[in-house]
Parts: sequence; structure tokens; C-alpha cells
Amino acid sequence: MEKCRVVFSGSGGQGVITAAIILAEAAVLFENLNAVQSQSYGAEARGGATRSDIIISDSAIHYPKVIQPNVLVCLTQDAYNKFYQVIRPGGLLIADTRYVKTGKKVDAQQKEIAMFETIMDRIGKPIAFNICMLGVVISLTELVKPESIMKVLERRIPADFLDMNRTALDIGIKLGEAALT
Amino acid sequence: MSENVKFVQGNEACAEAALYAGLDFYAGYPITPSSEITEYLAYHLPQIGGKFLQMEDEIASLCAIIGASLTGRKVMTATSGPGFSLMQEALGYAIMAEIPCVIVDVQRGGPSTGLPTHGSQADVNQARWGTHGDHAIIALTASNHQDVFSITVEAFNLAETYRTPVILLLDELVAHMRERLVIPEPGKIPLVDRLKTSVKEGVDYHPYLPREDGRLPMSDFGGVHRFNVTGLFHDMWGFPSSEPSIVHGLLRHLVDKLENRAHQLACYKEYYTEDAEQLLLSYGSSARSALHTVENRRKRGERLGLLELQTLWPFPEDIVREKCAGMKSVIVVEQNMGQVLQAVKLAVDEPAKVFLANRIDGVFITPADILNILRLIQGKGV
Amino acid sequence: MAIKDYLRERFFPHLWCPGCGHGMVLNGLLRAIDKLGMSKNEIVMVSGIGCSSRITGYVDFHTLHTIHGRALAFATGVKMARPELNLIVPMGDGDALAIGGNHFIHAARRNIDITAIVMNNRIYGMTGGQFSPLSGENIRATTAPYLTIDPSFDVVELAKAAGATFVARTTTYHIQQVSDIIGKAILHEGFSVVEVLSQCPTYFGRKNKEGDAVDMVQHFKKNTTSIGSKAKQENPDLIERGIFVQTELPEYCSEYEKMVQRAMKGQ
Repeated sequence: MEKCRVVFSGSGGQGVITAAIILAEAAVLFENLNAVQSQSYGAEARGGATRSDIIISDSAIHYPKVIQPNVLVCLTQDAYNKFYQVIRPGGLLIADTRYVKTGKKVDAQQKEIAMFETIMDRIGKPIAFNICMLGVVISLTELVKPESIMKVLERRIPADFLDMNRTALDIGIKLGEAALT
Repeated sequence: MSENVKFVQGNEACAEAALYAGLDFYAGYPITPSSEITEYLAYHLPQIGGKFLQMEDEIASLCAIIGASLTGRKVMTATSGPGFSLMQEALGYAIMAEIPCVIVDVQRGGPSTGLPTHGSQADVNQARWGTHGDHAIIALTASNHQDVFSITVEAFNLAETYRTPVILLLDELVAHMRERLVIPEPGKIPLVDRLKTSVKEGVDYHPYLPREDGRLPMSDFGGVHRFNVTGLFHDMWGFPSSEPSIVHGLLRHLVDKLENRAHQLACYKEYYTEDAEQLLLSYGSSARSALHTVENRRKRGERLGLLELQTLWPFPEDIVREKCAGMKSVIVVEQNMGQVLQAVKLAVDEPAKVFLANRIDGVFITPADILNILRLIQGKGV
Repeated sequence: MAIKDYLRERFFPHLWCPGCGHGMVLNGLLRAIDKLGMSKNEIVMVSGIGCSSRITGYVDFHTLHTIHGRALAFATGVKMARPELNLIVPMGDGDALAIGGNHFIHAARRNIDITAIVMNNRIYGMTGGQFSPLSGENIRATTAPYLTIDPSFDVVELAKAAGATFVARTTTYHIQQVSDIIGKAILHEGFSVVEVLSQCPTYFGRKNKEGDAVDMVQHFKKNTTSIGSKAKQENPDLIERGIFVQTELPEYCSEYEKMVQRAMKGQ
């Protein structure tokens, strides 16, 4: 596969960093791919726009940061405003409709998807919002299989919460599929 | 999926490696960006009956592991620049008293509190010269998690072999990023155990009388040999002495045991050096950007190579001189104001051909940064 | 065992000045150890820097002469690594409570089974007579040519407040009590602090016109009294001697072992 560079952005508490780790871990542990994940740390990472970088590839990855993402996810307006210009021409930009009003001048496919609203509608709690977002990403990019994400979740999440996360992932996958058409 | 494959931060790779190497006593104090090492060992050491201490500061942390090492344990502490500054006096003590220990410095921007959450490689000279007085030191580094693992094990092996503190200079980028780590099977990487004295109870044991090969067999505190350990210049009994011949002999021993083995202690990696006309020389996280650059330029037919140092001190000057010989230019890639650059200039035959590609603003050096310097040197402008 | 069997005679004569109180403390310490019948192999003595800290060189135990102020941190490492060993840490007043003050209170807070002996001569002797945090006010020292203005720590109160579970004070005049209290401190399971008022005729005595060693030791006799004595009620300025605190509380190494049991069960 070609090297795929992904940036997840949003605000603290939305779980974008956790989602990034899960995606990269799934690629490494269950798809036999290489992946690196990094993020900005510290006080400045708590307020404002949070960002985590993931590179997935079947060859070695040396430089671990993403300069021009193939895939950019923006879960807040701040994150969108800060990062939309860096997307690789022709890349995929996924934004959440609840929080982000997208502009028109981006040289990328923009997908505005009602992730937050659907999660609140179907689950009633925003805590699996990031897993829903992962569902959207893997359904639009086919970076890793849903089972690989679930295997990572099984290792990380208490059994009581697995069903809810599986539901959130499925919701995301369906939202992604709907956005393809 | 094998249980031995992990997706972890560099800090966890270091902590895992320490356990693999036989670490059973750790003391530390929280500091960004090294805290994950301390947290990981707080969780895992008690599970195997090992000892974990959170001390009142970094000074106490290093002192505590030195004390524990004397009882025969394999010991480590981890910190970052400000804590490493605090440790310098006790570091000198471990050098003088020849007590094996591993000190991890996960570098961040400095001086002072600096940039706690941003990477840097600016403690290279502190590792070499931070403690007072003439001395020699071993400092190692690595650029990816698999190498962090093997170099951490090497740090323990060298500490035990030469009865010396070994400094592991990681940096924030490698410490915090996550990537694949394959834990080697037990025994795959050989481990060095401490050389213990064979002197029997009741026979005089001289803790500071080197054997012919320069090594000093140890006896554990609590064992049958009782002896004195001091940071003063001392005789073969470990008793303080200011006798000039004893002072001279001990200082020569402390320096020569490492400096005379610089070649043997040198760990390094080479990429595309066979036919290279220009050489990047780098280490730690910077070597990742350097290797990215080399692979990209090779695709365009440029004869660029990379020498990645893993042993920074004692500086592997023979290897650096040899690898840099005949190059049109050598570009040292590092995230400081030229700390390894200076050592390279001293080592090579043509120091005027050695240049610096660096970043000092807390931003991880990019392949574009390196490329700009390369073009400048080639007279092409940026 | 004869007391001299605890000494490394190879390294004598010692470096203490004539009349120094530290040899008297060493005497009391060795008699206490002899009375307890301890094996030399089970004792680790750790010291820092200063006149008092040189004591480690002269005794035939496992001895660790470290850096200024940090003896308790080194000792904590030795004790945690080998809890069955007995740790004795002699310190000077500056070593223990100026540069080493932080380690002192944290060792006390943990209640780790270490015996700390503060050999308090109220002066930095080895560096030439500078005032210490135990000198107190109106003392003359090489760094106090106009008399000190710094109040003193009360070692007993500090140790109590920090959590030490055995706290005692005596003087070099009361040599039997030195031996008796140090013996009890070694037997006590937890962090023990023994303050021994010790004379420095060379610096403190000369600078402050306290006479020779004999005068200074007699001064300890005159100016101290047993805890809660009638004399103390009549003269509140007298310094009390004896055991102020002796309580049984969870000791750090034992608590660590309990934590290991929990960790191994995955709790």
C-alpha cells in the first residue's frame, strides 16, 4: 500500500488521541502493517485544537509526523480552521456537522457527516463519539478492517462497554457507506 | 498476532527493555517527558517482586539506586533535563565509586524549565561534562523503539561490565511516539551479570584493586566482605587517600577504562554509505528525519548516506573519521546548537567540510529542513 | 566482642580534633551494637559529608561514605533493596538538616527502618567553622562575624512533626544514655532519630568562648535535664534529654511487601 498520512483533530475530551492510537495499533497488531502515532503534548494540547498524527504503511516509516495528510478529520470548528489548509490536494476531509461549518475552497473531498448527532440519537451519550468517527474513517478509506478495531477495543475496554463501542463503530461504518454514495 | 509484538511509546520500550535486562530496583521522580517510564515500572516492578520507589526529588532518586546497586541489584532511574541537572553530583559519585547504574534522560528543550513538552537533543554535552572533575562517561541513544529496546539492554550490560553509570539519552519525540516493538525472546539478547569476587570469607578482599584486565569484581553489601565506599579519592581498600600516586592511578583508571575502549564501545548504524558522496551524521529522533531524507534523495539519484550514532560518549572518533573521509561534505543533523557537530569537527581530517542542520525551536526537524541545508551546501540556494 | 574489634585500626589515627565529641558518640554507638550482639555483616552504615560522616571509614561494617546531605537517600536505597540489613546513618547538623533537610523529613514521613544519628555540634567543622541551621541566634561563626540572626531548628520537634516513630535526644556528657538510646533506636522498627549534642572545641568552642572540651561537656551537663523533670519546670531554658517518641506504626519496607502481595494477585 501507499503510505497513508492521517490527522485527527478536535478538542480535548473528544477522544481524538485515543482514536488515533486505536487505529494505529489495529494496523500494527492485526494487519501486519507499520504505523506510527504521535501527538502534541502539554498544557497547550488541553485547550484549543488537539491533534494526533498517524502514518500507516507496509514499508518502514522514518519521519513520524504528518505534514500533508491524505485524510484529515476535524471534529471542531477550531480544528477545521487551523488545519484544513494542510490537507494533501485530492485528500479526504471528514468534518462533523454538529460542530463544523466547512468552507468551499479546499482542494479535497469534503464529507460533512452527522456523527455526533447520530451517536446522541442512537446511544444517548457522547462517549463513543470517537469510535463512531473511526468507523467513518475505516469505511471511507479501508485502512484497516472493522474486526481489527474491535480486537484492539477488546484489549483496552472493559467488557461491559464493548457492546456500546461495537454499536458506535457500526454506526460510523454505515455513515461512511452512506457518504460514499 | 504474537504476544511479543507491541504498539507502545518509546518510554515503554525503554522500561520493557530494562525489565528484560534484569532491572529489579527503580527510583524516580515525576518529570515530563520521562514520566511514562516511572509509571510503567510502578505498575510492573511490584508484580515481579522488584522494588519501585518514588523519591522526594531526582537527587534522592539517583542516590537511592546507587545504594541499591551496592547490594547487587540492577538499577535505573529516569528523568529529563532539569532532573538530570540535579543528579550531576551523585552521577560523579557513581563514577568515582564505580557503581553500576543506568540513568535515562528523556531530553526536552532547555535551559531551565525550557520546553517541557517539546523535544530537544541539547543534553549531549551535559551528559559528557555535567558532573565536575575529569572523568569518562558512557552515553547511548536510539532513534526507534526496537533500537531503544536493544540499546537499553546494552546500557545495563555496559554498566555491569565496566562498573560505571551509563546515560541513556532519549528525546521527547521518540519517547512519546508510538510504533511497533517486538520483544525479543528471553536470551536472544545476551545479558551481562555483575562480576562477583571469588575471594573467600576471612581472606582480604580489595574492592578497588583492578584485575589485570582492568575489571573490579564486586562483593554485595550484606555479604561476607565488609568494605568502605567513598566519593573521595581512595586506595584499594576504598579508604580515603590524598597520596598523589593513588590519586593519579585512580583517575587514570576511571578515564582509561572507558576512553581506551571507545572503538569497542561504539554502536552505530550505516545507511547507503558504500557509494555516498555526501554524508548525513545523526542520532536519536533526528536520525529518523535524516534517513527519510536519504531515502528520498536516493530515489532522485543523489549519492547521500547516513551514519547514525548510538554511542555518543566516549565519542567514536575513529569510526567518524573513517566514515567521513573523502566525503564532499558531512552534515550533522541534530536538535541543538551543534553539540555533536563540535565532536565531529574534532574527529575528522577536514573540519571545514562539516556542516550543521539543526532546529532549536522545539519543532521536530523535518526532511525539508535538512534538504534546505543540503541545497545551500551544494550551492543551489534553498 | 572487644570494642576495638569493631574498628578498622588500619585506618587510624582518625582525623577528629583533640576533644571532639564525635569519638564519644562512636564509642556509645559501638557499645550499643556490642550489647545487642549484632553481626558486623548485618550492619550498613551510611554517611554524608562532614567531620561526623568520616565515622564510616573507621568502623568494620559495610560502609558507604556518600555526598553531602544525601546519606538518608542512599540508605533508603540500601534498606529497600535488602530490608533485613540494619541501616545506621550518622550525620552532622548541617548534613542532616541544611542540605539534607528534605531527605530527613521524607525518610521520617515514610517511617523506613533506619536509625539516624544527628551529631549536633552546631557548626560546620570540616569547612572551618561556619554556622549551621542548628547554631541558633547570637552565635559567632566564620560566616557570622556579627553574630547569627538565624533561628535554629528543634530536631526533636521537626522529627516528630515529619513522622519519625522514635525520637530521642542526649549529649556526649551522658555517655551511658548515648549507648542506651542508640541501642533502643536500632531495635525500633521504623525511622529513629537520635540527636546527640556533641562538642566542637576547635570552632564552636573557641569562637564562642565556651572553653575547652571539658568545659563544653560540663555545659551539656548543666544545661540539660531529663524529660519532664522538676528542674525543667523550674528552669524552662533547660534542654530536655530522653526518649520523646516511641510508637509502633507501619514500617515502609513491610508496607511495600504487602503492596507486592497485592500486585502479584493483580489487585
